[in-house]
Amino acid sequence: MRSLSRYRRHRAVAPLLLIFALLGIGTTFQVAGAATTSPMTAEERTAAIEEGKEIFLRGCSSCHGLNAEGGAIAPSLIGVGAASVDFQVATGRMPMADMSQQAMRKTPIYNDEEVAALAAYVASLAPGPEIPSEEMLNYERDGEIAEGGELFRTNCAMCHNFAGQGGALTQGKYAPSVMGVKPVHIYEAMITGPQSMPVFSDKTLTPKEKLSIIKWIKAAEKEPQLGGVALGRVGPVTEGLLVWTLGLGLLIGIAVWLAAKAK
Amino acid sequence: MSNEIEAIKDPGLPAHKLRQTDVDPKAAARAEQQVAILFLLSALSTVLFIFSYFFISTETFIFIPLMGEQNAHQLFLGLGLAFSLLFIGLGAVHWAKTLMPDQEVIAHRHEFRSSDSDREDFVKTAKEGAAAAGLGRRSLIKRTLGLAVGLVGVSPIFLLRDLGPTPGDELKTTSWKAGSRLVTDPGDRPIRPEDLEIGSVAQTLPELAPGKDHHSLNDIAKDAVLLIRLRPEEFNLDAERLSWTYEGIIAFSKICSHMGCAVALYEQSTKHLLCPCHQSTFDVTRAAKVIFGPAARPLPQLAITVDEEGYLVAQAPFNEPVGPSFWGRSK
Amino acid sequence: MSARERIAGNVANYVDERTGAAAWMKKNLQKVFPDHWSFMLGEIALYSFVILLLSGTFLTFWFDPSMREVVYEGSYEPLKGLEMSAAYASALDISFEVRGGLLMRQIHHWSALIFMAAIVVHLLRVFFTGAFRKPREFNWIIGVGLLTLGIVEGFLGYSLPDDLLSGTGIRIAEAILQAIPLVGSYLSYFLFGGVFPGVTFIPRIYTLHILIIPGIFLALITVHLMLVWYQKHTQYPGPGRTEKNVVGYPLMPVYMAKAGGFFFIVFGVTAFLGAVASINPIWLYGPYTPGQISAGSQPDWYMGWLDGLVRMAPPIEPVIFGYTLSLNILIPGLIIPGILFTGMALYPFIEQWITGDKREHHLLDRPRNAPNRTALGAMALTFMLIALINGGNDLIATNFDLSINQIMWFSRIGIIVLPPIAFIVTKRLCLSLQRADRELVLHGRETGRLVMMPSGEFVEVHEPISPEKAWLLTQHEQNAPLQLEEKDARGVRRPGLLKSKLRKRFAIAHAEQVAKPTVEDLKEIEHH
Repeated sequence: MRSLSRYRRHRAVAPLLLIFALLGIGTTFQVAGAATTSPMTAEERTAAIEEGKEIFLRGCSSCHGLNAEGGAIAPSLIGVGAASVDFQVATGRMPMADMSQQAMRKTPIYNDEEVAALAAYVASLAPGPEIPSEEMLNYERDGEIAEGGELFRTNCAMCHNFAGQGGALTQGKYAPSVMGVKPVHIYEAMITGPQSMPVFSDKTLTPKEKLSIIKWIKAAEKEPQLGGVALGRVGPVTEGLLVWTLGLGLLIGIAVWLAAKAK
Repeated sequence: MSNEIEAIKDPGLPAHKLRQTDVDPKAAARAEQQVAILFLLSALSTVLFIFSYFFISTETFIFIPLMGEQNAHQLFLGLGLAFSLLFIGLGAVHWAKTLMPDQEVIAHRHEFRSSDSDREDFVKTAKEGAAAAGLGRRSLIKRTLGLAVGLVGVSPIFLLRDLGPTPGDELKTTSWKAGSRLVTDPGDRPIRPEDLEIGSVAQTLPELAPGKDHHSLNDIAKDAVLLIRLRPEEFNLDAERLSWTYEGIIAFSKICSHMGCAVALYEQSTKHLLCPCHQSTFDVTRAAKVIFGPAARPLPQLAITVDEEGYLVAQAPFNEPVGPSFWGRSK
Repeated sequence: MSARERIAGNVANYVDERTGAAAWMKKNLQKVFPDHWSFMLGEIALYSFVILLLSGTFLTFWFDPSMREVVYEGSYEPLKGLEMSAAYASALDISFEVRGGLLMRQIHHWSALIFMAAIVVHLLRVFFTGAFRKPREFNWIIGVGLLTLGIVEGFLGYSLPDDLLSGTGIRIAEAILQAIPLVGSYLSYFLFGGVFPGVTFIPRIYTLHILIIPGIFLALITVHLMLVWYQKHTQYPGPGRTEKNVVGYPLMPVYMAKAGGFFFIVFGVTAFLGAVASINPIWLYGPYTPGQISAGSQPDWYMGWLDGLVRMAPPIEPVIFGYTLSLNILIPGLIIPGILFTGMALYPFIEQWITGDKREHHLLDRPRNAPNRTALGAMALTFMLIALINGGNDLIATNFDLSINQIMWFSRIGIIVLPPIAFIVTKRLCLSLQRADRELVLHGRETGRLVMMPSGEFVEVHEPISPEKAWLLTQHEQNAPLQLEEKDARGVRRPGLLKSKLRKRFAIAHAEQVAKPTVEDLKEIEHH
């Protein structure tokens, strides 16, 4: 469809790319702050860590331990980094409501500031993956949609399905749908490997490639239904279901009318 | 048989009941109008079909309740076609039901068996024909004809021989050689062990042979390898298999040992690999031992190490054929 | 005589003088067809076949069945610049560059699914009503052949666009082929022209899909219909309907209008689905490469049961004298389907062997009056349904908060345990329904009206049922089981004793029934 031509390919700007490559190589960034564009001052930072520690002690320490060292039912958070905290808490996965189930996406309990504070606190315990800045997440500019699709099918579709609708894992676990997830959280998931998901290192899946994946996901999310109702985009199972219910139902219904005597 | 017991009698075909359209001329006129309206609706739908084809752009999207954003061209073209056909059908059936005679008629069945005299005549004719041709007497002709027809019938099978080559050892070999670098798929970048964090995976292929610019599907179908990094202490391997890993990095063929799907679904939390096609589950810590599902063999493990430049390479080719089983697999 | 009549007369005269068609037409325009909705099921399949031919021909004008690598330059942005096969690129072009192309692709695919579903329900109708009995055994076998061929044809069509899903399906088909003992890898190499996936597979199956198999279909459908025409349709029992007649409407005009109208209806419904519901969105799957896979990779529904069987197979793969025997693939992929389809094709003969009934049957059975057959059908359906459910176990797991492992174990156990239970339950149900029929004939219909007897007790008023209804409920034959003599007339034991003992047991089970009421029973009731 020509209407999709709004997905214009921006030729990547070489200097910017170089900067991103350099940023990708460095394992620790000194840029903190989730959604804020201006870096924190040292005092703000200390205050955030303090606040984060308080929130942590109230809301997280019963499972993750008073010093985030982990416990019988929850892993240690030392070294998981701010990205991990932001992903888990800002998508509502943590704190978990029901331990028997897989942590799922829900309305987050903490607001953005509280999440940022928590992230700052956990990041202060030991270095780990940082939250990518907005500048780093400019997928519209730096991503390539077709390449993103290819990468998605190679690296993600086996769990999240060809259209990002999610799928089943073993023993009742599942890969969630990636539709409607904020780019920053998609990015964080790839660098931290939450729950069952593996980590996708910046060397085997470069930051630019990650942005391409995000660009493809966002395009899939917005893609209008080109051939009618999409039936969940889960493949032939729902198609078969529709044939046996609506398709054959209509036809048999009409056949009954056809064979019934008129009054 | 229950013939001796008197059964309930067949009351016979019920009397024909007249329809409203049979007795009431007004009802008949109404039915006629209804049929005509249905046919007209069909004609209107065809107009919609033609209009959509020429005048609704393929780039128009409209919102339809319950259905969401839809492509207007596809939707109205389809609905135009659907209703133009549907209303012809509904009209014809309504016409048949209300205005055509609805008196049921009775036809009699005949027995399929031919009469005895016909059968006898047939047998006689067939026998006479066979005798006239000398089928019984001239056995030399009969046998040579059988031979000739049989051979002619078999010969096309030979023609199919050139459909493809014989497998030879091709099913048992891959492009992996000792020293082949593992490169990312897609991207073809070599990988160093320190590029992979604990818990990370990478989809890889062997580096391209000089002169090739991309991997052929034939090669990918046998060469695809999944790299996984664990903590070395998480492995539960014998000494040999442990020596095939490198600092916690282990490499398996991504082609399922069951039916050849890409087994790339790695659960970091359980260290299990799951095949999305038939749900065979492999335990990475125990050299991809099958722990669930229909696969009978572990995924072949690729022995890896690093070369002098520090990139991950294969120690040796796969020590067994990759992919689904076949008869001569273990020979 | 009007001018129009004169022209028609001249044309008819011209044709008849050269063909003698008038006599044949006269007879056949009066051909009688019984009217029942369940007799339209086969017609749905027939019309779907016509729709498939029409829409398929349209698709061939643009489809390029080649595995040559091309770079996609079409208008679908998320795939632009990717390498793919010409087959996939042209299927995308049909969807996005040809006006009405996507609609036709969707109509083609929907009508394939409806075709298969209609064949299955038609087959069930024929089975449960005993329409396969003498003289219609040939048509039953042709029908089973059409079903089998339909599965193959559908799978080839699913494979043609060369997207990620269809390539995965071909990969699995190749694995089944490879699993065949001795010759498997050779067959696979011949079919694929070498190592999988190669470059010859799509052009080859294209020829099969659009030429050879439709040709065989056409021939078999023609014979199927000619036999229906010649043998006349079966009919449901009822007043005035006997083994010797057929009651219904003449071809001209009523049946012609209804059947012709129904063709347009089937086409219309299929086009409606093609307009409103997306099917096989190949642009989302991406081009096939063996290194990629999607969660929830499933075949179309008519192969879902096969996939389900393969999923639940135990991991058995013995190596015998150094040769690998993939029983985990062969049993679910070839042996069980082989047994099921052969058994289905032979069923008319098996039933004849059990009952010893060599007479013609044109009146259909009410399913309850053939409890054994009905129960057997329910058993087979249960088996297929469990296999089918397991074929979608991953989607069921995610949608109903279950685990694939639980569903797999449920299916593994269920497929052995549940079919026999379905048999027993269905048979009991049929016998209860027979008993209810008997009660109805003897004691009439419950009116729901209560009347107080002089003694003060309340009884419900029963109304006698109409003679038509009474006839419908008692018209069926109740035959005693086949009598088999263990010794022949001279007192010598017959050979094959075990076989005949088995036959006897089957015969007794098959003849199990509740005695239908007779006039004597009715009279006896009246006396009380």
